[in-house]
This record gives sequence, structure tokens and C-alpha cells, in this order.
Amino acid sequence: MSNRPVDRRAFLQEMAAGGLLIVATATGCRRVQDDLRRIAGRTDTPEAGGPPLTPAVYLRIGTDGDATVIVHRSEMGQGIRTSLAMAVADDLEADWSRVHVEQAPGDEKTYGGQDTDGSHSIKDFLVPMREAGATGRAMLEAAAAQQWRVPVTEVRARNHQVVHTQTGRTLDYAALVPIARTLPVPPRESLRLKPASEFRFLGKEIPGVDLVDMTTGRARYGIDQHMSGMKFAVIARPPVYGGTVATLDSSAAERVPGVERIVRLDHTPPPSAMMPAGGVAVVATSTWAAIQGRKALAITWNDGPNKSYESVAYRARLEQSVRGSGHVGRKQGDAARALGRAVRRVSADYYLPHLAHAQMEPVSALAHVHDGRCEVWAPTQNPQEARDGLAKLLGIPASDVRVNVTLLGGGFGRKSFSDFILEAALLSRAVGAPVKVVWTREDDLQHDFFHTVAAEHLSAGLDAHGAVTAWLHRSALPSIASTFGPGVLYQDEGELAMGMTDLPYDIPNIQVEAGPAPAHTRIGWYRSVINIPHAFAIGSFVDELAHAAGKDPRDFILGLLGPDRTIDMANVGVTGKESNYGATFAEYPIETGRLRGVVELAAQQSAWGTPLPAGQGRGIAAHRSFLSYVASVVQVQVMPDGSLVIPRVDIAIDAGFIANPERVRAQLEGATIMGLGNALSSEITFSGGRVVQSNFDTYRVMRMDASPREIHVHIVPSDSKPGGVGEPGVPPTAPALCNAIFAATGRRIRQLPVGNQLSKPERATPVA
Amino acid sequence: MQVRVNGISHDFVGDAGTPLLWYLRDELGLMGTKFGCGIGACGACTVHLDGRAVRSCQTPLSATQGKGVTTIEGLSPAGTHPVQRAWRAHNVPQCGYCQSGQIMQAASLLATTPSPTDSEIDAAMRGNICRCGTYLRIRAAIHSAASGAGTSDTAPPGGSPNGAEGGR
Repeated sequence: MSNRPVDRRAFLQEMAAGGLLIVATATGCRRVQDDLRRIAGRTDTPEAGGPPLTPAVYLRIGTDGDATVIVHRSEMGQGIRTSLAMAVADDLEADWSRVHVEQAPGDEKTYGGQDTDGSHSIKDFLVPMREAGATGRAMLEAAAAQQWRVPVTEVRARNHQVVHTQTGRTLDYAALVPIARTLPVPPRESLRLKPASEFRFLGKEIPGVDLVDMTTGRARYGIDQHMSGMKFAVIARPPVYGGTVATLDSSAAERVPGVERIVRLDHTPPPSAMMPAGGVAVVATSTWAAIQGRKALAITWNDGPNKSYESVAYRARLEQSVRGSGHVGRKQGDAARALGRAVRRVSADYYLPHLAHAQMEPVSALAHVHDGRCEVWAPTQNPQEARDGLAKLLGIPASDVRVNVTLLGGGFGRKSFSDFILEAALLSRAVGAPVKVVWTREDDLQHDFFHTVAAEHLSAGLDAHGAVTAWLHRSALPSIASTFGPGVLYQDEGELAMGMTDLPYDIPNIQVEAGPAPAHTRIGWYRSVINIPHAFAIGSFVDELAHAAGKDPRDFILGLLGPDRTIDMANVGVTGKESNYGATFAEYPIETGRLRGVVELAAQQSAWGTPLPAGQGRGIAAHRSFLSYVASVVQVQVMPDGSLVIPRVDIAIDAGFIANPERVRAQLEGATIMGLGNALSSEITFSGGRVVQSNFDTYRVMRMDASPREIHVHIVPSDSKPGGVGEPGVPPTAPALCNAIFAATGRRIRQLPVGNQLSKPERATPVA
Repeated sequence: MQVRVNGISHDFVGDAGTPLLWYLRDELGLMGTKFGCGIGACGACTVHLDGRAVRSCQTPLSATQGKGVTTIEGLSPAGTHPVQRAWRAHNVPQCGYCQSGQIMQAASLLATTPSPTDSEIDAAMRGNICRCGTYLRIRAAIHSAASGAGTSDTAPPGGSPNGAEGGR
């Protein structure tokens, strides 16, 4: 029944059904067809023709000529498996339908950086991947020249063949592998990378390599891993960060059919970094039995000091913190003096709650610890760290640990933490069998490494013409560093450099301060990280200033940016070390002209300034993050009952060279949805140290009916060095939304989420 | 009892209150049906029961008695259901995790409402969460599948081949 061949006519109709036919290469469509054949059971058998050609760690070419790209970055929806394969394939001059992708295990010595966070896969690996392809191409060309006894200058690779340009003779890569693999690997300096004009894949529309698997249920994630003899585990973790088990009665749990073992897990006192939270594990013959067993556990907890964590009280503490001076992160000119002399002074305070990642695949890992070795299968953004963590935890060398990276059902930073992988290994060691640890949604939402909670205070001075002469920004939020080290009270330089110290505006007097904010839960990286609170506050406040100055918000932003220039970050009063998303400012300077470019583009494409129906408004915000420049224009309609409709979003990005424009659009569509969802409805709160929300009924995320009717992504053509793409779309979206709400209603949202604030009468807000 | 999944009957002995989701995944190894929330609030586990979309995490095995379960693996053995084809034409998936459930929900919608409006699509799909934010492409793909493969009125959002400005 499952061996029905693919109907070719149906396949062509499929390719005609959407935009891909217009833009996809024929070879891309052929690849989808091959994938469909494979799932129909008609896989080709690999030829037994000896060892492959391995020009680089990222590339292997078999004796059948097929190229396998080894991708060492984790796939969580950003399309990196496709984009990196495109890079190799282009400089290899490959036939895309003969390119396969293999996921590398955690091994940073071999593959280079593997932490898939911070939006830097393309920035760091576009060139190495292209060089891998070019190395292969050079070796295959040399092999053909040798075979034909002609100078290598007379041969040229083209679409998986080498052509002798004089005679038109061709040899397929398959025929050349046995010769090429005996040749020396050419030095890097000798490689010839293609000019952009010859790209066949980079910058083009290519269907994703996992598209067929993802639309047929064949894609395998961490939670889908299975091995013979495997046990299933669910863990009761301390509900308060740092808590421990006081008493345990597991007798009822042990009687649940399918439950085999109850295992106590060690606890690591805060700050516990990436270590498991401890608790009590139920090991069973199925996931359901483990879940039922956990329900039957009777546990009392010692909550410890974080039991005092109350979100309402903590908010007041943060707001208190930004009322006074904090640690100075940037001091340019004399903001206090300029504020005192300003014709007009404007101040505002903003608040943003904790968020949970709520990636659709709860964290889950399968581990097999046996004979002094450990092998795991996990949806991790951080496989090399997981490997080191497992080695340390188990007391074995890293060379005896293998971390296999599965597809990730979403990551957003949660899967940079290895706690769940360590849990699986501890349990496998304890029960002497492979164990898969499954987190339920309640576990996922209540034991996350949460996005921080923030209070932000801004004050500015305006002169008689409405120009900003002084800028004071204070921010108090628990730092991510608090998860890793004791006594951390202030956000660090890297966190301040996510919007605050790198403020690109042409203001003579700027002061940036961090206020104290002790952490009472695990704080982690969440897509775009500390840019979320900083950009919300800055983007909202700039809009408030525009209205105070009686100016159009777009024009006001352009005025603040001043003349196009590169900001000399060594000379603007930043007190700490240089922090620029892992790059130097020499490599990736702050170029205000690029921010101006996206502001103008998004505004123009949104028909900024043209009239809208009553009840509607447009808002704009712009932000540089992860070395890219993004501006967003959100159009909202506020209904009489206070509910919102979002007819349209225009988002413009300048991320330098774009490897995979189709996935860049997808990332910005997704970032817009996530940014809007964060702002509209998502909030994690604590009471008695425990997370109040437990599942998608109480932790509200964006659903289809609340989504914008249209999202238009506008990509600035550029040959600058590539910046990040996965994250920078998030930060400007929330302020653009709230600025649009202000334009529509005159109501300023200074506290997120928006929730039902618009359906209630406006309450007094602290504006000076 | 007998549980019929994708046209094949399986003997089941055990707690008939076990959710269909965990039977499909842990017993039958049908991993295409995903766990997302366990309370019927996210749609990742959507399958068909006699052709209608249900949340398998909220469907005890006892409720499948005498009925046929279809999972993503059984929707179309060759993977070429019109909804699957439309999903690929629009490059819908990002991480892909929720997409089995989205596809099963959409296929069920189109079986009863062959030409849904945007509001009908939103109403039918609002129970299916996608944290990557593929909702607009899902909407477009459903319209595409509804209009029959072969029409090309629904290019994905944006739409320029070379990273150049998409225009309006």
C-alpha cells in the first residue's frame, strides 16, 4: 500500500500550486520529487565503490557522486540545514537534487562553533561552507584534467559534471571521485569562490531540505526518538527555584501499571546554571504510565528562600530600582545637566513581564549510558556544551560521549540549556537502560529558563525646536548571568549593549544606567534576549517624544538618527568592554544610514502618512540588533470593545548579504507573530515562588485568528557582510504595535502584555 | 479491544482510558502525531476519527471503538494530499513540529467546507498553535488547496527571487 509511486502529474500540479513554481529552480522541484519517492519506499541503494571524497569536514562526495553536506548548526525552523547546504552546493557546482544533508554530532573541535543562538550561523559559516564546496570543486576539476591529460585551466565544473571546454567532453562527479580522493586537498588561499553573478542557489528560492518530511509526519524530533529496551521518564521538579524534596511517599505511584522505578535526582543549589532542577523521576514502560505515576506521587517540598518571589511585589521593587541612579553603562556629555536646562522634559516608565519560550516541542531527550560511555539524542541548540556537561556529570572523557542532534521542534533559546539532557543521562545510568525524559507542557512552562522581567525608565529633554538634548535610560532586570554565578545584581555589558549603550541616536547628552535586580528564578535567553525590554522602552519613548514635540513619528526617528554616519563606539562614553554580538565594531560598525534605510523603506511600503479608517492607526519602531537593522510598521484597528485587529504589518530588514531570501521572509513573518504575541497576551507570573501559568490555556500565545491579516517583508539588497536574521525581527514589533495603538486611540501602553487594558478605562500613568 | 489506525486493526489490551496520542506514539511508533500540551489546547496531536479532526491527547482509546483513526502517516500514503502539496508549495513549515496537526486540521476543514473564507479558516485553525508563526502561510495554503492544485493565485507572502525589495 505504501509503495504507490508518485503520480508525476500530481507532482507537477503541486509545484504549480504556489509561488515556488515561479521562482524555484527545476532542480529544486526535482529534489522534492526525489524526497517523495523516498518516502514511497523507492530509495536508491548507495553504491559500494570505495571511500568517498572528503574535501572538508562539512562535505563528503560518495562514489555515486552524491554530495552530503554535514551541517553542524541546529535546525529549529530557521532553515539552516537548507541555507548551509545551498552555500556548499553553489561553490561545489552541484546538482541540488544530488545534495543531501547530514546532521553533525556535538564536536566543536571538529566542526567549529555549534551553539546555535545569537543569530550568527550565516555570519560565521557562510564562507567556510562555500570554501568546503569550492575545495570539492577544485579537486574534481583537477581529477578531470588528470583523466583527460589536459591543463586544469581547460576544465570547468558545471551542475555535477566537469566539462572540457575545448571539446565539450563531460565527466560526472561520480566518475571523478575515485581519482579526486587521491589528490591533495588544495590550500585555502588557492580556492576560487564564485562571483555572486554566478550563484545558482544562494540568494535564490529553494524548497527546504526537510519540507517533505515535515509535511508527511516523517520529520524526527527529540521527543520522537526511540530505541529498543527504552524506558520513559517524567520528573516531578521542585516548584520553587532551589527547592528540595522534604518528604516523599511513592507507594501509590509504584502501584500504577507500567511504573518500574522511582528515582530521586540530586539537587544543585542556585545558581544552578544548566544543571537539572532535581526532584523525583518516575520511570515507566510508556509516557502515559510515567505521567500517571507522577500524579500518584505524594511529595512535600522545602521551597527555600525563593518562595518569597511574588510578581506584583517584585514589579514594585524594580520600579523603585529605576527611580534612583544605578551603575553607569554609558556617559556621554552631561545628561543630568542638560535635563535640568531643557525647555521641556518628558519621562515615562515601562514594564515587561517574564515570558516562557513555549516552543511547540517540550524539551525531551533520550540517553543511553552504558559501559562507561554515553550516547544521547536530543533537540539541542548547544550540542558541544551538552557533551562537555555530560562528560563532567558522568565523570567520563568527552570522547566517550556522543550527542546526536535531532530536529528541534522550536528552540528560541530554551534548547541552549542542557538540563533536560543531563536528566536523561542520570536516569539511564540509574536504571541501566536507555531512558527518554519527556517534559509535559506544564513542566515546560513552569521550569523554563525564563525571559527576564524588566522595569525601564526614560527621561529626555527637548529644546525649543523639539530636538532632543538629553537622554537618560535606566533599566532594572534580573540578568542571565544570575543563572550562572552568585551575587549577580546588575545586567552585564553585553545585556546593556542590546539597545541601551549602543543607542544610535544623535543626542549630545546620553546617560545609561543599570539598576539592581536580584533573580529569584532561572533567567535564560529568549529570542532577541534583552533587546525585548530595551527596544520596547526606547521605541515607545521615541514615539512619545515625537508626539510631545508635535512631529510625525517617522520623521522624528529620522531626525534622531541625524546625518548618515558610522558611530565610533570607542568615543561615546561606554564604560564597559566592547560588546557587539560577538563581533568587533570594526567588522560590524553601527551605520545609522542603514537604520534610516529600513525606516524609510518600511514607512514607504506601509503607505505611511496616508489616511486610515476611524479607529485605526499606524505605529513605527526601528532597532539594530544581532548586527542587522530592522524597522516595523504595524497597523491596528481598535474595536469599540477594546479588542484589536491587525490589518497589516510591514517589516524591513537590512541584514547584509542574504543567503536564503525565502527563509529570511519566513523568519521575519515568524518574528512579527512572536513579537506581537509577546506584547498582546504572554505573561509568566510568580506567586509563592511558583509559576502561576501552567499550559496554553493560561499562558496565552498568538493564534491564527489574532494574527495580522497581512505581513509584508521587505529585504534591503546588500552585499555587506551578513548579519543575523532569526532574532532581529522581534524587538521593534512590540513598540510599533503600541505606537499604533496610541495613534488609533490616544492611549499609551506602557506595561505589557496589552491584555485587556484597552477594554478598561484608562488609569493614571506616570508621565511627567 | 480493536483499534483501527490507517486502515490496519490492532489488538489492544490494557487501560482503555489511555489517550490515543500515547498509544499511537509509544505503542505503534507513529511519531508524526505530536505531543504539545496534553489538554487539547494546542492542536499538535490532531488526527482524524472517521474523517473528523479530533485531539488525540483528549481521545481515550475507548472512544475509537468501531471507528477509524487516520494519522498524518495515513492521510496520503504517498504524501500528496492536496493540503500537503499546498503546504509545500507555500513552504509553510519552519520547525515543522506543529505541522502534522495543522495539516490534519486543515484537511478536516476542507472535507466539510471545500471553499472556506478567511474567517472560517481562522475559526477552524485557531486551536492549532504554531510558535514559529506560520499562520499566514497556512491560511494561504488552505485557500490554495481549496481552489485545487494547479492555480497559482496564492504566492507566498513577499515574493522576490533575489533578496530585492518585494514591492506591493
